[in-house]
Amino acid sequence: MAPETSFQIFVNVLLANNIVLAMFLGLCPFLGVSGKLETAVPMGVATTFVMAVASLCAYGLNWLLTLLGLEFLRLIAYIAVIASAVQLVEMFLKKHSPALFRALGIFLPLITTNCAVLGVALIQTLRDYSLLQSLAFAAGSGAGFTLALVLLAGLRERARLVEVPDIAQGSAVVLMLAGMLSLAFMGFAGIGG
Amino acid sequence: MSADRPIGGVTDAWENFTEGLWRQNPVFVMMLGICPMLAVTVSAINALAMGVATLLVLVASCALVSALRRFVPREVRIATYIVIIATFVTAVDYAIQAISLRLYEALGAFIQLIVANCMILGRVEAHASKNPVIPSVINAAGMGFGFAIGLFALGSVREVLGAGELFGVSLFGPHFQPWVVMVLPPGGFFVLGGWLLLFALWERRRRNRAEAQLLLAAGRD
Repeated sequence: MAPETSFQIFVNVLLANNIVLAMFLGLCPFLGVSGKLETAVPMGVATTFVMAVASLCAYGLNWLLTLLGLEFLRLIAYIAVIASAVQLVEMFLKKHSPALFRALGIFLPLITTNCAVLGVALIQTLRDYSLLQSLAFAAGSGAGFTLALVLLAGLRERARLVEVPDIAQGSAVVLMLAGMLSLAFMGFAGIGG
Repeated sequence: MSADRPIGGVTDAWENFTEGLWRQNPVFVMMLGICPMLAVTVSAINALAMGVATLLVLVASCALVSALRRFVPREVRIATYIVIIATFVTAVDYAIQAISLRLYEALGAFIQLIVANCMILGRVEAHASKNPVIPSVINAAGMGFGFAIGLFALGSVREVLGAGELFGVSLFGPHFQPWVVMVLPPGGFFVLGGWLLLFALWERRRRNRAEAQLLLAAGRD
């Protein structure tokens, strides 16, 4: 396989292999926070930021653990790093931008349990990405997550205006909408290699 | 929820076990841990393997957390739980790699992602950290079996529709035209949505029947 350029990785994980709709990572916030458009956007941005920080830390950590021959500690180390990264982001926002901090509220700490963040760190290790490739992968994943979240939020706001059969109320109709969105994203197959 | 009262006796233990198995089923009722649920349920065998792996991690972490519940300070409990879960996940990860490399490659990063499965942290926090070892193990086993059954229900439907096979055995003969989209990502959403619809329909029929009987009884008086 020819080495992928960073741009290819970015486009691939943004569209053709969208992190949420094709790789099934981060579904809990995807289904949970997509009720309204105005919460979907800040959530996506915060997650993207944490992903970038976590990806950077995971790259350094993987190098260190491989150097020491402690690969079996990788998972524990990653999860600890992500938890601290979220904590750091939270503290930084609280000090420098209290308005944004209040707007994000409970979503910030919940990013820790977003498996997309851990997934990005694990997959970049699995695929032996270089530092630049890892960053492109994290940025693409974050953008893909935001895109999927915003699209589903838009669909759900529309779905509120139509008549849904009462047995399909709640999660069932959201899952069907997500399925259709996923079907639409399959049309991007082949882009970005 | 049974977590609030002391648990004793066989019927209570059974109740404790079936809570996760049916009434609070993590897949169909609580919708927890959806990410591995949709990603690995392409075939029945993958779904079953993932279910068993999650079950093992869940039971082991609940047992350990429950045994240590008096020694863990409240402030650092979440971090402690995560480290305990991550330890067991690492162990299961290496075990699967040793047992079947093919399965390991099929499940990919999702074995390690068991650590981010909110169902496990939820069980540990809501039940195991407050109850003695045996009840929490029973409860965790019920939840784990419920999760495994849910995964199997998804995986078998997707394999039958999408490939015309079950456990790799062809069901419909060579002229079957597989419904390929069911083993592709959108199929995961559709099948889970379909199951939820089915359960909602069943629940409504049950409720209607109960109401009809109530009305009938009232009419007879």
